Amino acid sequence: MLNFTIRRLFVAIPTIFFLVIACFFLMHLAPGGPFTSERPLPPAVLANIEARYGLDQPLWKQLWDYLTNIVLHFDFGPSFVFKDRDVNDIIAQGFPISLTYGSLSFLAASIVGISLGIAAAIRHNTWIDYFAVSLGILAQALPNFIMGPILILTFTLWLGWLPGGGWYGGQWQYLIMPVIALSTSFMGSIARITRSSMLEVMNANFIRTARAKGLPERTVIWRHAMKPTLLPVISYLGPVFVYVLTGSVFVDLYFSTGGLGQSFVNSALSRDYAVLLGVTILYGSLTVAVNLLTDLSYAWFDPKIRY
Amino acid sequence: MTHTSKFTIAALLASTMLAGPVFADGHVPAGVTLAADQTFTYRVLDEHSSVDPQVVEDVTGSEIVRDLFEGLMNQDADGNLVPGVATGFEVNDDNTVYTFTLRDNAKWSNGEPVTAGDFVFAWQRAADPALSSPYQWFIELMSIANAADIIAGDKPTADLGVRAIDDLTFEVTLSAPLPYFPQMTTHATTFPAPRAVIEEFGADWTKPENIVSNGAYILTEHLPMERSVRERNPMYWDNDNTIIEKVVALVINDENVALTRFQAGELDRTEVPAGQFPRLSVEYPGVAISFPRLCNYYYTFNLSDSGPEAFKDVRVRQALALAVDRKIITENVLAGGQPEAYTFTPAAVAGFTPPATDMEGMTQEERNAKAVELMAEAGYGPDNPLTFDMIYNTSEAHNKIAVAMSQMWKQTLGVEATLANLEWKVFLETRGNQDFELARGAWCGDYNEASTFLDLLDSSSGYNDGKYNNAALDGLLADAKMSTDASDLYTQVEGIIAEEMPVIPIYHYAGVYMMDSDVGNWPVGNVEQNWYSKNLYKIAE
Amino acid sequence: MFQRYKKVEALASDMTHHSAVKGRSLMRDARERFLRNKAALVCLGVLFLVVLFVLLGPFFAVWDNETIDWGNMGATGVPSLQTGHYFGTDDLGRDLYSRTIQATGTSLMVGLIGAGMALIIGIAWGVIAGFYGGWLDSVMMRIVDILLAIPLVLVLILILVIAGRSFTTLFIALGAVSWLTMARIVRAQTMALKGREFIEAARASGVSETMIIIRHILPNLMGVVIVYASLLVPDMILAESFISFLGLGISEPSTSLGSLISEGAGTMAYGTLWQLAFPLAFYVTIIITMFFIGDGLRDALDPKDR
Repeated sequence: MLNFTIRRLFVAIPTIFFLVIACFFLMHLAPGGPFTSERPLPPAVLANIEARYGLDQPLWKQLWDYLTNIVLHFDFGPSFVFKDRDVNDIIAQGFPISLTYGSLSFLAASIVGISLGIAAAIRHNTWIDYFAVSLGILAQALPNFIMGPILILTFTLWLGWLPGGGWYGGQWQYLIMPVIALSTSFMGSIARITRSSMLEVMNANFIRTARAKGLPERTVIWRHAMKPTLLPVISYLGPVFVYVLTGSVFVDLYFSTGGLGQSFVNSALSRDYAVLLGVTILYGSLTVAVNLLTDLSYAWFDPKIRY
Repeated sequence: MTHTSKFTIAALLASTMLAGPVFADGHVPAGVTLAADQTFTYRVLDEHSSVDPQVVEDVTGSEIVRDLFEGLMNQDADGNLVPGVATGFEVNDDNTVYTFTLRDNAKWSNGEPVTAGDFVFAWQRAADPALSSPYQWFIELMSIANAADIIAGDKPTADLGVRAIDDLTFEVTLSAPLPYFPQMTTHATTFPAPRAVIEEFGADWTKPENIVSNGAYILTEHLPMERSVRERNPMYWDNDNTIIEKVVALVINDENVALTRFQAGELDRTEVPAGQFPRLSVEYPGVAISFPRLCNYYYTFNLSDSGPEAFKDVRVRQALALAVDRKIITENVLAGGQPEAYTFTPAAVAGFTPPATDMEGMTQEERNAKAVELMAEAGYGPDNPLTFDMIYNTSEAHNKIAVAMSQMWKQTLGVEATLANLEWKVFLETRGNQDFELARGAWCGDYNEASTFLDLLDSSSGYNDGKYNNAALDGLLADAKMSTDASDLYTQVEGIIAEEMPVIPIYHYAGVYMMDSDVGNWPVGNVEQNWYSKNLYKIAE
Repeated sequence: MFQRYKKVEALASDMTHHSAVKGRSLMRDARERFLRNKAALVCLGVLFLVVLFVLLGPFFAVWDNETIDWGNMGATGVPSLQTGHYFGTDDLGRDLYSRTIQATGTSLMVGLIGAGMALIIGIAWGVIAGFYGGWLDSVMMRIVDILLAIPLVLVLILILVIAGRSFTTLFIALGAVSWLTMARIVRAQTMALKGREFIEAARASGVSETMIIIRHILPNLMGVVIVYASLLVPDMILAESFISFLGLGISEPSTSLGSLISEGAGTMAYGTLWQLAFPLAFYVTIIITMFFIGDGLRDALDPKDR
């Protein structure tokens, strides 16, 4: 197991490296650059700007400079669009915000989703099952670009209970709506997967054996059925966790939280190369780390999986 | 100035305010009671790019910079020039040397006096290739001596045609006379910069903890993509007349959410979403307002070699321009009180008289009939339909207008226009490379004079994406730069545009806002919408 | 005694006329079980009705999906039978009935094809990685990691620019990103199944690896896979609307349910609820039908549920 972890960590570095290279070249392939604007800059001005940001260098040199900067100085470069800020600033400011409401949403979605799924499976075909299923469908039926405006209309305008947006350091009033908006859609799908996984597991031979042995139903469920049930759920939750951590762009858009999701999308659209690469590296490292954790956890959920 | 004395002054001011409504002389009408809370909160669409005056390039940033810094001249509520840091200026006989006299009591927020040297530093900095400001070209546009060479890197910045004769006298030498040069000194790029602070903090000098500015406000808080807050600068020379204490700019990307939050009382100003103005002006009379602005909106034909053959025929261009029902677009689709456009330059531009074009005088039925006629003459009709692509950048409003236009052409002329909405950068690249047939365009004036629009159609202009080339037009524009009163020439240029129709003007912008009724003195008459928070006040409910 | 002999004779001939016992295949079991699941059948029927609506609806339409009714733009475009706008109009005055039909058709295709591509590629990738393990698994999963982390927007822009805008491009774009999570789920399930007794038994009796995968692993995967695939269909519809939101999706006048919903959501507060209600109704219908059909399929294909 330890061997496995160390090997994976070693592999993580080339993985991120390939990610950066792929992203770098994709970025430069896309038409337009950070300084393509409605008022095309006169050639002399454009030349000055490109020289300043190193964009007049050959691509491989830009990539080399970029990588050495990161490895030696941990400096991800200046933003090409926000002239007053550099990438380290942007990520340092946006990531904690996304992390906060992202983790809360993830916890909410997982806890509620898994509970609903288990309850529905245990009481298959009873009103609990129907209720949980309906809730799941309702949650999925409201995509988050509808949730945003609806929540603000309801809680800010009609009820006047919550402020309409902003972050203000993450005080609780500003957290509620983003967390609701982000967690609802995942809650539905987590509940669905948990439910169907558990239904399958409950039909397995070893469960029948456990029941035949005379074990109480509660033990059967919690000691025998739970782990295999959660295996596919965990592999679904991995990418969900990363997505939710880097913030949903819609939450940032509608609630003006200043999180990283919006930076991610905007930097691709405005071709802010440095910010895009920086956030991609963050996103990639998180993906690798979370996937490693989930893979390790498989061994706990299913003792037959060996590394 | 130390922290303590700053605090004392602020406390003194605050105490006088608490004593009762402040009647600052100047811009508050008699009988108006001021509110106790003088905070102005408004919505912005996007995070601004910078608050460095020589680097800022977007409207949101310029609004903030105009409050934080002050240039040589300001604009009043109607857009006329009034003294800023400069009390006035003189110009020599051939209009190439301007001498500005600065006031003696202008101070930076750290107590240092604002000198002519600060302006010299700022203007040189703007032209300096090392700073590589995206607004470098503005210095060249101002026709300052040696600007072009400095930008190209052939001459040192010290050669720029600006000089501090003494601490209070600032002299500018132009390479050629420019009739609207004084108006350009209200633009953010020309604002002074604090040399010592910039040298100390480098790129970090605009952070709230470091920034030093000479305007009516200082930047106290900046949370990117969330909000930006500026508060009264007690060192400002005209601080006694400033009423608004605090200005908060909230970044709200979605205009419908912004409207909801305005209705919930969180904002004092926001934009009205397209199509909602008629309903809102009934539900909120006096709060939903609309006034002309200095921008146009048009579609440009690709007249270069890569453009379609059909567009080389002026009858086709005329027909397409005629068949657009601008009334429906401005009244039903946008519904914000935008004026219909039959000229390229908005009528609201100072010193510009739009010519009365034939197209404007007709009714839409007459226009449609004429369009059908012209199209038939050119050889297109139901049996030989004209087909082309029209591109525009992603936005709901652009989409609606494009769909409406394509439907108008289909129903009137049987034209098959394929719509393509492109992502912004892809759109700019495509249009900039003449890779299009018909493309959307819009332009906002850099200064209040017709040439800021008409220069776009000059064949040598870098912004002329349709590659329109007309020697007579070029000649008229060149003459206009030399003359003192070019309005006649501009009218002639518009005449050529109306005949040749290289672009289809659709409408001119209007500022359509929800402005809370307790906000006083909003400069609705300023078409450039150069507004200053120090001129606003909040009325008690 | 002689009478009973006839009965015994009849009984004997009965017995000898029986042929060899015919086994029941998995598929037949599955079909029977599915048909017994009333909820799934009803939803299949509803889905069929929706498809019918998409195919036949245009014959009842008064307006097509792009012509603007200049007199009925925005708030005045209330659903009514006289104007021929059964579902009302959108903000520009285009008939919502025709637009919804076209959008539902597009979205169904997008959803099903997107989910289908995810199924095929995801299952193949995940099974191979999970079953063979070792360095093959490592490489394949690291590729998935990289692809998961690359900004979707960039990939979309590039696909759009290289391949132009068309439905095929859209499907390629969606398929390119939808299979990643499926691959991870399948791999996890495969690794779990690999260690089970019946796989050991199959190996012991000399079944080839390929046969093990096809006949033993795949059927047991179906449960979770089908459920996740049925979740994917609405996700694909939403992903398409995100793509359009960025300006990279289907071009006008074609539209999709996601776009109609987001347009309707924007004008929700302005008294034009029908613009949201009708597309949302179809979207919710698709979700519900997908759910019950997915559940039904899972129930039906579960080899242990005898």
